[in-house]
Amino acid sequence: MAIANTYPRLRAAVSRIAQSIPVVAGVVVISFLLTRALPGDPAAYFAGAAADEASIQEVRVALGLDKPLIQQFFIYVGDLLQGDLGQSLSSGQAVAADLAKRLPASLELTLTALIVSCGLAIPLGILAATQPGSWIDHLCRVVVTAGVSLPTFFTGILLIYVFYYLLGIAPSPLGRLDFIYIEPDRITGFYLIDAAVAGDWETWFGALKQLVLPAVTLALFTLAPIARMTRAAMLTALSADFIRTAKAAGLTNRKVLYGYAFRNALLPVVTTLGMVFSFALGANVLVEKVFAWPGIGSYAVEALVVSDYAAVQGFVLAMALLFVLLNLIIDLAYTAIDPRIGFSSK
Amino acid sequence: MNTMTSRRSFLKMSGGLAGASVLPFLKTMPAAAQGSDTLVVVTGQTINSLDLHRTGTNRASYQVAVNCYDRLVSFGTKKAPGGGLSYDYEVIEPELAESWTVSEDGLTLTFKLKSNATFWDGSKVTAADVKWSFDRAVSVGGFPTVQMKAGGLMRPDQFEAVDDATFVITLDQPSKLAIPDLAVPVPFVINSTVAKANATSDDPWAMEYLHKTPAGSGAFKVARWSPGEQLVYDRNDDWVGGTLPAVKRVVVREVPSPSTRRALIERGDVQMSFDIPDKDAAELADIVDVYSTPIENCIHCLCPNMNFEPFQDADVRKAVAYAVPYEAIFQTAAYGRGAPLWGGDAEITDTAWPRKTQYYTDLDKAREHMAKSGYPDGFEVPLSISLDLASWMEPTALLIQENLAKIGIKAEIEKIPGANWRTAALVEKRLALHLENFGGWLNTPDYYFFWAYQHGHLFNSSNYMNQEVEDLVNATLHMAVDDPQYAPNIKRMFEIVLEDLPRIPLYQPALNVAANGSEGYEFWFHRQLDARPLVRS
Repeated sequence: MAIANTYPRLRAAVSRIAQSIPVVAGVVVISFLLTRALPGDPAAYFAGAAADEASIQEVRVALGLDKPLIQQFFIYVGDLLQGDLGQSLSSGQAVAADLAKRLPASLELTLTALIVSCGLAIPLGILAATQPGSWIDHLCRVVVTAGVSLPTFFTGILLIYVFYYLLGIAPSPLGRLDFIYIEPDRITGFYLIDAAVAGDWETWFGALKQLVLPAVTLALFTLAPIARMTRAAMLTALSADFIRTAKAAGLTNRKVLYGYAFRNALLPVVTTLGMVFSFALGANVLVEKVFAWPGIGSYAVEALVVSDYAAVQGFVLAMALLFVLLNLIIDLAYTAIDPRIGFSSK
Repeated sequence: MNTMTSRRSFLKMSGGLAGASVLPFLKTMPAAAQGSDTLVVVTGQTINSLDLHRTGTNRASYQVAVNCYDRLVSFGTKKAPGGGLSYDYEVIEPELAESWTVSEDGLTLTFKLKSNATFWDGSKVTAADVKWSFDRAVSVGGFPTVQMKAGGLMRPDQFEAVDDATFVITLDQPSKLAIPDLAVPVPFVINSTVAKANATSDDPWAMEYLHKTPAGSGAFKVARWSPGEQLVYDRNDDWVGGTLPAVKRVVVREVPSPSTRRALIERGDVQMSFDIPDKDAAELADIVDVYSTPIENCIHCLCPNMNFEPFQDADVRKAVAYAVPYEAIFQTAAYGRGAPLWGGDAEITDTAWPRKTQYYTDLDKAREHMAKSGYPDGFEVPLSISLDLASWMEPTALLIQENLAKIGIKAEIEKIPGANWRTAALVEKRLALHLENFGGWLNTPDYYFFWAYQHGHLFNSSNYMNQEVEDLVNATLHMAVDDPQYAPNIKRMFEIVLEDLPRIPLYQPALNVAANGSEGYEFWFHRQLDARPLVRS
């Protein structure tokens, strides 16, 4: 691409980000109001087992929950503008620090799972579409049905039972690293990347081993929509006029399949990928629980259960920002895949 | 230790602590070859602070106060019912204090500190440190202050550092709870020099610093803490508070899923699984060592609220007590772990608590009481349970619901989210019929009664009010156990509340711990891991 082409795209990206500011502001207001609407009294909860009325009140004052709602909101926004997401009560850490630690854990797991699942689902979908009714089409159908119908926590426990408990091949499901390793120096928070950068291959393998079972669990779950969508999009593309033209023009099968049909089928697949990514981050919770994975899903659920306002708000905000970014990336991917789509016109 | 410890400084530190031959975190070392130096414990709970005094510190974090800090005194050890060892409420042992005396009038407690006790940084433990720590516990508010108050420790002016080795506590009234209250996790001794150096004018008690960086004299130091993942203890070789722990490193890993914890302990890749569900305890008992210790001074109860009109009728409460299917609850909800509390003698001859009540499952008797009551045709009532405690509350509530229906009481089960439960049940006390599980740290019946039967107190979620019980609790709370008045008063208290039934005892729950390759587990009333006596086997 020429520089002239890159420039408007950058400008469009910037304007895209600018457009998302009202959305994020809305998320800030709504997440603040919703957390306050949660049932439960954090002061009573965190005052501890033997607290009486007076000590609950002390805790309430210490947490600033005795102030009027509107004042609490302005304090929160003021802190937010300074980059302070507040303190999580349930983990006892700054929310920003918690998110910085846990988001990479979730992303590493989800991205690995998506890579695995794309690596399986897309070829499977293509093959199923090119040979409808063949055994590979049936295999695709079986895998898809199984993937959708098995809940992740069940697949997770089953995999642990077979590969860890019975066969003893998998490592102890103890989170991101067995206790005999030390986590690599933090650069990105992705253990595989950090260990590789540090050149510490033993830790790299340790982290990889821990990653296999949870990633496979999540991959099985995300396989279905991707394979299904690839198959459907490929079928549509293959029956389109331009494919007939291409075939009639005597292009090779390979060129027709990958150069024309697949490229056209990619758009819906990328859209699906974006959606799958978002719900996989949410579905992570159960996988995280089963594999003791210190990710962002279980963090949010635990915070929600105890009405830990700052942590819930921080989580919602982080997710909102992540999705703004994700949509931007998907839109950029569209224009790369299909030059007919004008980015700036959107 | 803060969470940002770099890998290099950590390696250096652990090397420096214990020499290169041990404590490896050796990257390539297989778990099985770790030898007797390292012990791995899994638990489902999160440790959210290293400072018990901080607002918002959860129960699981109390173990840091136990393992990393010392108190003046500790409890002894005895054999526990249900196997293994237990702390012994009757025996007070020295920890930081070498000896102590109680004045004739019982108001002045004088402690002599051990002369060789040092903090981790090598400085001597002085009476000034003890005073600063106690001042902190009574000043910061919230749970620590409430717990200190239970032993009559309320104001900084009650504590005096006479000289480096002598610490004096002055009580407002003599109390049998004062010295035991010094052995609970709350009054731990902090290195005040380090803490003060990190205090600010906004934060005079160094809450922010000690939250992440303990400064104590205890048996273990925190080598590494990643909230939500793990806590690593390294032994303090200079500890003088008791017998030096046999293991050099204890790794506490958080594994939220009970099934995963079970797989780990069965395979023997971890040596202990702390606080496992009753179901796993029952099923694992044949495979690994399982300790199920009935929790002292703790009772799972069904509480009819006195604010709900039908429950103001004594016959209705008795009808409910006779309708409860005790045995089925004990087997289904608790898998037979713990101790039954029904079918005892009506006549009270001793001061044991929790005790078996005179009630048992008898639907005919229940129907008789219903017929006698003001509600012979029954009534409707919501039966509330907490979703956080659903593992025992849900099956219990279902069984109770089924039997209540047989005597004409239509109970609808209401599930309340965990965050809301405390407010609804304990603070507002508005639940008509609910399940409750209070347990007292200090193991005397009067202490239980103080919290659970005195009017307006937190765990009296039934809004029970009986003037005689009020007077008896006030009279016995600080009274010595060997006072001739004590036993008769206690027996009278039992009699009244078991007749009035504001709380219907169901069973005494157990704390379950599975061990596979470790020994020496000791049960404590605080229900957290005491890593000090553990050994690899």
